[in-house]
Amino acid sequence: MDLRYSEAELAFRAELRAWLAEVLPTLPPKPDPDDWPARRAFDTGWQRLLFEAGYAGINWPTEVGGRGATLTEQLIYLEETTRAGAPYVGVNFVGLLHAGPTLMTEASDEQKAAHLPRILRGDEVWCQGFSEPGAGSDLAALSCRAELDGDEYVITGQKIWTSFAQVADYGELLVRTDPDAPKHKGITWLILPMDIPGIEIRPLQTIVGSTEFSEVFFDEARVPVANRVGAENDGWRIAMVTFSFERGTAFISDLVETDRMISDLVALAKKVTRRSATAWDDKALRREVGRMQADMDALWALTKRNLAQADRHGVPGPGGSVVKLYYSELLQRLTDLAMQILDRASLSRTDVAGLGSGAFVEERLRSTSFTIAAGTSQIQRNIVAERILGLPKDR
Amino acid sequence: MDFELSSDQQALAEGMRAFCDGRFAMATVRSLEDVGIERGLWRELAEMGVFSLRLPEGAGGVGLGWADAALAFEELGRALVPGPLVWTHLAAGLVPGAAEGTVVVTGTWRDEPTGVIPFAGIADAVVVLDDGGVWLVDGADLVVDPVALPLDPWTPCGVVQGQLPQGRQIGDAHAAAALRRGGAALVAAQLLGLAEASTDLSVAFARERVQFDRPIGTFQALKHLMADMLVRTEVARSAVYAAGVTLDDPEVGDADRAVAAAKVTATEAALGNAKTCIQVHGGMGYTWEVDAHLFFKRAYALAPEFGSVDDWSELLADLLDAAG
Ligand SMILES: Cc1cc2nc3c(=O)[nH]c(=O)nc-3n(C[C@H](O)[C@H](O)[C@H](O)COP(=O)(O)OP(=O)(O)OC[C@H]3O[C@@H](n4cnc5c(N)ncnc54)[C@H](O)[C@@H]3O)c2cc1C
Repeated sequence: MDLRYSEAELAFRAELRAWLAEVLPTLPPKPDPDDWPARRAFDTGWQRLLFEAGYAGINWPTEVGGRGATLTEQLIYLEETTRAGAPYVGVNFVGLLHAGPTLMTEASDEQKAAHLPRILRGDEVWCQGFSEPGAGSDLAALSCRAELDGDEYVITGQKIWTSFAQVADYGELLVRTDPDAPKHKGITWLILPMDIPGIEIRPLQTIVGSTEFSEVFFDEARVPVANRVGAENDGWRIAMVTFSFERGTAFISDLVETDRMISDLVALAKKVTRRSATAWDDKALRREVGRMQADMDALWALTKRNLAQADRHGVPGPGGSVVKLYYSELLQRLTDLAMQILDRASLSRTDVAGLGSGAFVEERLRSTSFTIAAGTSQIQRNIVAERILGLPKDR
Repeated sequence: MDFELSSDQQALAEGMRAFCDGRFAMATVRSLEDVGIERGLWRELAEMGVFSLRLPEGAGGVGLGWADAALAFEELGRALVPGPLVWTHLAAGLVPGAAEGTVVVTGTWRDEPTGVIPFAGIADAVVVLDDGGVWLVDGADLVVDPVALPLDPWTPCGVVQGQLPQGRQIGDAHAAAALRRGGAALVAAQLLGLAEASTDLSVAFARERVQFDRPIGTFQALKHLMADMLVRTEVARSAVYAAGVTLDDPEVGDADRAVAAAKVTATEAALGNAKTCIQVHGGMGYTWEVDAHLFFKRAYALAPEFGSVDDWSELLADLLDAAG
């Protein structure tokens, strides 16, 4: 076991840090959260900058425009960018963190060449069309139908909760290609162009107030068979590959962000006054914060173990479910504690009394989705119990 | 960076597990009720290198590091091997006979307010830690009243009567801090072992026990309890290994902070899992016969050693404060 960074890794960190210090002050201001075209322009502009500087796709192979480095360097990249306050992946989330990696593992050479370099350059934005009104946790019950007609699939049905649908160029689409087969055996994974006729997008408002996700309706939309990834009816297996990236490695930057948030919480607690003292003078509160930092540090160590394993095996293992479960609940505990510290200040989503409180209130709202999206905590517990502990299925 | 066990470390862990399976089978552990220590077995632990693991080879040790020691202590915890293992391990090189298993060493910290010391009255020597350094008190110089009903029958305790003797100084303040840190990391490793073993016991039972015509492990309410056991264990494992690595190579992080994470999460895992283990077993879990209570009691017996969850959480908060 070795936690020491190599000379090359340290040099990479120093070089990246210097680059960030130079580039970040030149970025345009962050766009309004509901101005989707502006958000796309901002996020893809940042991605383009990364690409041109050689920092896009740190652990992606060089053939597709990546840096060909290790997951450790990817980890360093995430630490440095998050600490420096660099933009988040934003609308590039799906493309960079799970659609791209799925294509890398499962797609044909033509498909890889067509999409991976463009994702890295920020030319192509992706969304995920998995969930349906009747198929959430029970994803394999999906019914969005694809019927073969010549060299095209004709798609009819509905998806829901599709994040970034309104700005995406492509989608990871799961469709039912064989309605007579057992439910896991009749699903196909398609590359969906979002600009074809027969697609209608209706945004939904989240509890944060923004339109982060949408309903997507398909009325005989035609997708070339060439857009199929893997074999027909083998889509469930490929979806599991997508999930292993989505649950395994996709939210590591959130972890770094949360780690920083604990430090911010300490600063906040020092500013909040209660009667004659500050919140930070309260020993019980200090212990609680210390305990959360212990949990966070342990989780970070677990992430390093998972990465070491993913580096060996290519695809992250079910350990990702462990991190996702623990992390999402830790984040909610942390934001709960922040609300408690803020007291009346928590009634405002924007900063009050010079406290820098808005970010915490916002995160309390946003973090409720972490135990739902990418498979609910209940589903993750089922996975841990059945796939890791080997407990019997209830069927 | 490669945070996976090396093949040597894997072999060490496997060797330790095989040793515990062979020499500390549950029937043997059970036979140590009320005494905790059997001198012959203690010497076998010494021969296995449990105490001399980190001593340099020139000093008759194995020359390994904290991370390796953590792997060994994880196995000792898993097998419920009783005795003041960590104190004696820390005393190796400081107290003659500790490494060889001829002298059993327990320990305490001077401002401990109750005078309760595990294995006092049984151990040959007591190491005392305080802000000024490390002190050695001969077991014969203590007046000890045995605890009539120890929480963990495999951790018999004594209560020191009167003032704890000052003892002979065997280390400075720096050494005392290092022992406290290292001791906490190794106790965390034992707690990790307990957390694993109680998970295994629960899963095995839940696959066998049938109610409502199916194994109780089919019930989601129980599945989720056990999923949480695994999650706590893996989180704690990561922190414990990271603490070992950081103690060996202080350049990779703050050793106090790494140990704090290990002690806090491993204590939470051992206690949480032991409680769940009893619950999963139903009425059987409340019997003396089933091992679930052994994990439960041992977890509580180890929790205060080398600083509690509160102590380490507070220290972590202080570190955050200083950094901010
Ligand atoms: C912010 C956000 C973004 C999202 N983005 C996308 C996206 O881009 N693309 C996409 O495809 N999807 C997306 N999703 C959808 C997400 O994957 C689903 O919401 C999730 O899988 C749960 O499905 P559901 O909403 O239908 O809830 P349901 O499955 O109806 O669950 C309702 C409740 O029942 C519980 N439950 C269900 N089945 C079981 C069971 N077997 N055992 C125990 N409890 C059970 C659940 O845990 C939950 O508490 C997003 C969701 C959110 C919140």
